[in-house]
Amino acid sequence: MSLFLIAALPFLGAVFPALLIRAGRNASSMAAGSVTLLALVGLLINAPAVIRGEVITARLDWLPWLGLNANFFLDGLGLLFAGLILGIGLLIILYARFYLSREDPMGQFYTYLLLFQGAMVGIVLSDNILLLLVFWELTSLSSFLLIGYWKHLPEGRQGARMALAVTGSGGLAMIGGMLILGNIVGSYDLTVILQNKELIQSSPLYLPALILILLGCFTKSAQFPFHFWLPHAMAAPTPVSAYLHSATMVKAGLFLMARMWPVLAGTSEWFYIVATTGLVTMLLGAVIALFKDDLKALLAFSTVSHLGLITMLLGFGTKVAAMAAVFHIVNHATFKAALFMTAGIVDHETHTRDIKKLGGLRHLMPLTFTIATIASLSMAGIPPFNGFLSKEKMLEETVHTVWMGSHYLVPALAVLAALFSAAYSFRYIWHVFMGPVRHSYPAHPHDPGPGLWLAPGFLVTLVVLIGLFPNTMVGPLVETAGNAVIGGGHEHFHAKIWHGFTPALYMSMIATVGGIALLMSQRRLAAVWDAARRPEAKEIFDALIAAVTRASQWFTDALHNGALTRYAAIFVVFTLALAGYAYSTGTMAAPTREMLPVSAMPIVGWICIMGATACVVAFHRNRLLALVLMGIVGLVVSMGFNYLSAPDLALTQISVEVVTIVLLLLALNFMPKETPVESTPARRIRDVVLSVTAGLGVGGLIYALLGRDFSAPSIADYHLENSYSGGGGTNVVNVILVDFRGFDTFGEITVLGIAAVVIYALTEAILSSRVRARLLNRVMDTPQAGDAHPLMMVVATRVMMPIALMVAAYIFFRGHNLPGGGFIAGLIAAIAVIMQYMASGFGWAAERQRIPYHGIIGSGVLVAAVTGMGAWFNGLPFLTSAFGYVHIEPLEEFELATAALFDLGVFLAVVGAVMLALESLARFAWQPGIIPEHPMDINPERDEDGPQTSGQEA
Amino acid sequence: MEILVSSAVGLLTACGVYLILRLRTFPVILGLSLLSYAVNVFLFATGRLALNAPPILNKYKEVAYTDPLPQALVLTAIVISFGMTAVIVMIALSSYLTAKDDRIDMTDEAGEDA
Repeated sequence: MSLFLIAALPFLGAVFPALLIRAGRNASSMAAGSVTLLALVGLLINAPAVIRGEVITARLDWLPWLGLNANFFLDGLGLLFAGLILGIGLLIILYARFYLSREDPMGQFYTYLLLFQGAMVGIVLSDNILLLLVFWELTSLSSFLLIGYWKHLPEGRQGARMALAVTGSGGLAMIGGMLILGNIVGSYDLTVILQNKELIQSSPLYLPALILILLGCFTKSAQFPFHFWLPHAMAAPTPVSAYLHSATMVKAGLFLMARMWPVLAGTSEWFYIVATTGLVTMLLGAVIALFKDDLKALLAFSTVSHLGLITMLLGFGTKVAAMAAVFHIVNHATFKAALFMTAGIVDHETHTRDIKKLGGLRHLMPLTFTIATIASLSMAGIPPFNGFLSKEKMLEETVHTVWMGSHYLVPALAVLAALFSAAYSFRYIWHVFMGPVRHSYPAHPHDPGPGLWLAPGFLVTLVVLIGLFPNTMVGPLVETAGNAVIGGGHEHFHAKIWHGFTPALYMSMIATVGGIALLMSQRRLAAVWDAARRPEAKEIFDALIAAVTRASQWFTDALHNGALTRYAAIFVVFTLALAGYAYSTGTMAAPTREMLPVSAMPIVGWICIMGATACVVAFHRNRLLALVLMGIVGLVVSMGFNYLSAPDLALTQISVEVVTIVLLLLALNFMPKETPVESTPARRIRDVVLSVTAGLGVGGLIYALLGRDFSAPSIADYHLENSYSGGGGTNVVNVILVDFRGFDTFGEITVLGIAAVVIYALTEAILSSRVRARLLNRVMDTPQAGDAHPLMMVVATRVMMPIALMVAAYIFFRGHNLPGGGFIAGLIAAIAVIMQYMASGFGWAAERQRIPYHGIIGSGVLVAAVTGMGAWFNGLPFLTSAFGYVHIEPLEEFELATAALFDLGVFLAVVGAVMLALESLARFAWQPGIIPEHPMDINPERDEDGPQTSGQEA
Repeated sequence: MEILVSSAVGLLTACGVYLILRLRTFPVILGLSLLSYAVNVFLFATGRLALNAPPILNKYKEVAYTDPLPQALVLTAIVISFGMTAVIVMIALSSYLTAKDDRIDMTDEAGEDA
């Protein structure tokens, strides 16, 4: 089976359990099981070739220019891990079917499990380190979902968060390390990297890369000082603990260290970092495990300890030690998964995991007792079980290890760790199963059905068989995998129970005897242990998180204190600083362009705009006056556009000006008419300095720009040349809008439509709140006109309506060849309608407005989109335009272009957006029955002497 | 001519920035409008200034054309700035009607920062 399929199967299959849960829990678990089985079979088909020493590859270039390729390869190490992941996965699926209760959402569980499985398989099969990183992060995410599976338990949620925080940040560090590694080698392909040992180890970046990658591995594999998340992750359901925290996820870090072993190992940095960390973790985990009363916590710390053991073996950097590490990975996966499952059975049957409440279960649960005993003895390193074989190999290796000149330190500490390891393993048997039968179990314990004991039973069978016949059972597999770790050369694997009287045997005997002695005094030691003050990892972690939260809170508050003017000032200062930096470091070419001559009219316009702008600021407290002055500015700007050869802009500006002023007037109707003096003189001086600097900067920049030619050839010529031949129009600006850059325009009308809908939504929200009552009862602060709808204006606007619409149509149709087009025509049409609102009143106009403006916006965007899609039917990209010339008697020959249809969409969107915005505002003012609704109504209540109230209480 | 355009853009920017730094919503809206003018004219002017050279193709004789691209960009920018102005006007109005206050700073001690 292709490696792609093996890696993809769990992901593809993840939907089935979630769907099939409707058909029952059996169907769901069968679906998960068959997917896993299929992937496992696919893997095993490849196994013989891999054992023969072949490497199977599957390559797919994904983003080659980033070095990110979906390449997979399967060698011995990959085969071993993928086999563990899929094989144990299958057992876990079986076990979980009977472990989870009826209330637990099982479909979800299997979906998460398969996602996790896929991510793990992806890690071990990746031949590209970037791809590997993607899978690596996926395991963190999917394990988060699995650990927090019991959402109702706070421990579950906290444990999941802690696991994600620790492994996730380690993953971030690893990304950095992997990128450095890829940079050193010049390739992100693992097979290439693995052949460049000298290059990598001689690089000055070797140490940073090593530390970053190891951070990822240590966090994932719960190595000291990152070990604390693993026990908290035990809040997960036991199948998850058995799967993630014994056999698979925590081994991902080990896998990566093994994978990178050929290029990273062998240096003293590697030895001291990896071996020391492993040794400390092994000892620390074993000591803590002995004093844990929770079954799963005991197993969790024992896992930490064994992971440390394997890390230490990899850290030794010798080929024999690496081979032993691989062997122990297999053994640990078998006995530890079985142990977790028995812990789960005990919990399931007695409803407690507290060792102090247990004991004497051997009579009640003989089968569980047998399984647990075999697995525990293997963990303790007692012959003839498989744990003994790899522990012997480990002890043997420590004897040859010199740490900082000391020959005895490593073996002594290893024996001590093995001693504690034996003690907690015996405790698992002694305090749970031996001793007198109690009468006070929370439930009535008995052996479970085969669904629960089959999986651990199968695993302990392997424990025994591997222990008795290691070379037949797993010899070839471990040898191939071990040689894949070692990289070059061939190392033979051979294991046997009896080696003769070697130092390792004596060390084993010390550990076993000492372990029994330690267990005898466990109760007394535990009292001392509990009394002693120890740093509690969870408290430290929580305090750290709280400190980080506080720091970011402080930082955010310091920057964002709610004073918007302050943000604006910071923004201006920062922009000025950037510009100042650019100005002081850049160079400027000499002016190349002649200045245009100045005639009288521009001077007049200039005086108008300068005066009006200055007056806007000077008189901005009088808001109405400021608006009038704004109108002058807008008019001069549009005249300026016209003068400077931009007729389209002039038309657009002048029509936008009208609607903007109407909009602001409408808003001003509800707001205070004056702005009070609030800011201090010092602040005003600051603002003047800022704004004058900004003005000088911008003015100077554009002046400098205008005096010089383009530094690069302009693309204007392209548009000018192709406008008529390619776009069929002589108004180049319009052709750019509807054709060359039609996609931009499409986006812009969409944005405009969204803005209008936002305004509408805000209006709806305001008018359905308490504000509505206030609006209805508001007291006008200025005198109101007695005739809200002056007769002359009503008549004039009604006469003008068709004329204005005709102008809009004219502007629209000529737009392709002469100044005009959809934008301008839309604005003119909108103005024609606004005039009716202003003259005849909102009520009158709204009554006659039968098409909702949303619909007009929508149809506009739709027309533009459909026009654009029309190009697809001719096999052309979106928005490619077509045009032709038509001659119908007695008309002149005229042009038909799809661009005109697109422009129609623009027209509709603009009309709809402008009208929706203004109508929304107008709805604030509308007071049915109070302001005359009908045109030509005269309000006889008008009082010339003072402000008129329009409220009902007036 | 160039000096007239540049000085106008400069003054529009200066006045726009000054008004944006005010404490009430309405002047800020005015300031944003002034800045929109400044930005639109600035963008338009990056195509360099030209007299009597509109980018309308003349089929009958060879004439000079000014750069059409900034014009197309500015045309949509003008319409979009209307949309933007409308949205902030609406937000300002809503907040004024809801809070009965048109200050823009949300600090409790607004006077202190003023």
